Amino acid sequence: MQYSAKVMDHFANPRNVGEFPDADGVGEVGNPACGDIMKMSIKVKDNVIVDVKFKTFGCGAAIATSSISTEMIKGKTVEEALKLTNKAVAEALGGLPPAKMHCSVLAEEAIEAAIDDYLKKTTGKGLEKKKSHVHDEHHGH
Amino acid sequence: MTKIYMDNASGSPMHPKVVEAIMPFFKEGFGNPSNLHKFGRITSDAIQAARTQVANLIHAKPNEIIFTSSGTEANNFAIKGILASHKKKGNHIVTTQIEHFSVLNPLKTLEKSGYVVTYLPVDKYGMVNPDDVRNAITPTTTMVSIMYANGEIGTIEPIKEIGTITKEKGIVFHTDAVAAAGNIPIDVSDAHIDALSMSANQFYGPSGIGALYLREGIRILPFMEGGVQEGGRRAGTENIIGIVGMGKAAELAKLEMSQRMNKVQNLRNRLRDDFLKNVSHVYVNGHPTNRLPGNLSLCIEFIEGESVLLFLDMQGVAISSGSACTSRSLKASHVIMATGVDAALAQGTVLFSLGIDNSEADIKFVLEKFPPIVERLRQMSPLYNLKK
Repeated sequence: MQYSAKVMDHFANPRNVGEFPDADGVGEVGNPACGDIMKMSIKVKDNVIVDVKFKTFGCGAAIATSSISTEMIKGKTVEEALKLTNKAVAEALGGLPPAKMHCSVLAEEAIEAAIDDYLKKTTGKGLEKKKSHVHDEHHGH
Repeated sequence: MTKIYMDNASGSPMHPKVVEAIMPFFKEGFGNPSNLHKFGRITSDAIQAARTQVANLIHAKPNEIIFTSSGTEANNFAIKGILASHKKKGNHIVTTQIEHFSVLNPLKTLEKSGYVVTYLPVDKYGMVNPDDVRNAITPTTTMVSIMYANGEIGTIEPIKEIGTITKEKGIVFHTDAVAAAGNIPIDVSDAHIDALSMSANQFYGPSGIGALYLREGIRILPFMEGGVQEGGRRAGTENIIGIVGMGKAAELAKLEMSQRMNKVQNLRNRLRDDFLKNVSHVYVNGHPTNRLPGNLSLCIEFIEGESVLLFLDMQGVAISSGSACTSRSLKASHVIMATGVDAALAQGTVLFSLGIDNSEADIKFVLEKFPPIVERLRQMSPLYNLKK
C-alpha cells in the first residue's frame, strides 16, 4: 500500500485546518474506535460556502481527504457542495488505496453533516434526504 | 538524508558478517546437498554446520532443527503437523488471544474441522497466567501453543512455568519464538519446550528462512512431501543461502547476546524515559520490565498511529504503527485490544523496535523530531481540545 504524491502533499501540508468560533454549520462524523473522526466547520454567506475548516483524527488518507475536500467546496453554493462525491475526492487525490476509500466517504459525510447543521440552524429543518453511503465492509460506523 | 531504522520487529538488516558468510555460496552453493559428489558435499556440510549453529542458539540438538521458509511456515507446520499426528489423543488446543496471525489463522481453520481452541486472555501487560493454562487443560488437550514473546508489545511470557505444566500433563508445548529467538536467551530443555518457531530476519539474518525446533521423539506430519530433506519432514531442495545466513546469524546472536541486549535496552530506555518526560498522555504497552530489549510500544492519545509513522518517515525514521501485519486492516491490533486498552486509544499505537545498528545519535534525533509531530497531529485532532 502506497499513497499518491497528492495524498502525501495534502497530508504533510494540510489546507484549512482548524475551526471557527462562529461557524454557521458544524458536522462531525466517524468513530474513534474505527480510527477516524472528521469535523468540518463552514461559514456560509448568501448560500455560498465562503470558508471551511477541518479537524481530523485519523490516518494519512483521512487527513488528506479532509484537506482536499475543504478546497473542493470552498466558494461553492450549498447545493453544489452537496453534490461532491467520495469518488471525486479520491480522484482529486490521484486515487486512494482500496483499504482507504472509506476515508473519502467520511469526507463526503462530514460535509453533508456540516450543511445539515447549517440548514437546521437557518431554516429549522435539516436535509430532507441524506445520501446513502456504501462503506467499506471492514469498517462499519 | 537521515536514515534511521527502528522497525526491527518487521525485519532486521543483515549483519555484515552474515553477508560475508553467504557470499561464497552464491557462486559455489549450487550443488544439491542430497548428492554424493564434491559439489553436494560443499552444501550439505554447510547446512549441517548451520543446523548446529541454530541448535546451539536455543540449546537444542542439531537433528532437532528443521529449516523452513519463514517463521510463519514454522508456526503452520508445528500446529497442523503436530495436531495431525496426535489426533488419537484429542482435539483441544490451548493458546492465547495475542498470538501472531500465523498461529491464530491456522487454528481458526482447524476449528472448522472439529478442533476446539481455548484462547486465553492476558493481563494489562500482555502476560498469560500459567494457572489459566493449567485450568484450561482437559483430557482431550493435545497441544499448548503460547508465544515466547510478543513482537508488538514486547512482553515475554512465563514460558518455563507453562513448560513445567505441559511436561507434567504430558502435552506437547509449542512456542512461537519468532520475536524472541536470537534476541533473548532461550533454553528449550530448561523451559521444557517441545516445538519452537523462529525466523532469521528477526536477528540480523536473511529474510525467507526460518526454522522449527522439534524435540526428538515428537511426531509431526510432514509439511511438504517429496524427498527426504530435513529428515523427511520438510521436502524440497534446501535454501542454501538462507540456511548458511541463518546459521551465521545464530552464531553471532549467541556470541554477542548480552552486549546486544545491554546496548539496545539502554537506548530503548532512554528513548522511552525522555519521550515520556516531554509528552503527556502517552502510555507504554507491554510489561514494564519483562520485555524484549528493543521494543518500545506506545499508545499516544488523541492521534492515530499511521500519521505518526508517515511524518517520521518524512524525517528518515522508520517505525511501525501497531504491527506491520495489522497496519493494512482498519481494526486496532488484537494484541493491544487484548491488554484492555480503549479502542480509540489503541488507534494511537506506534512501535519503535530498536536494533544493534541504532546509536545514541539516532535516539537524540528521534527525541528532537517526534514530540513536535505528536503536537502537530494533536492540534489537528478534534479529540484533543475536548479533553485538554
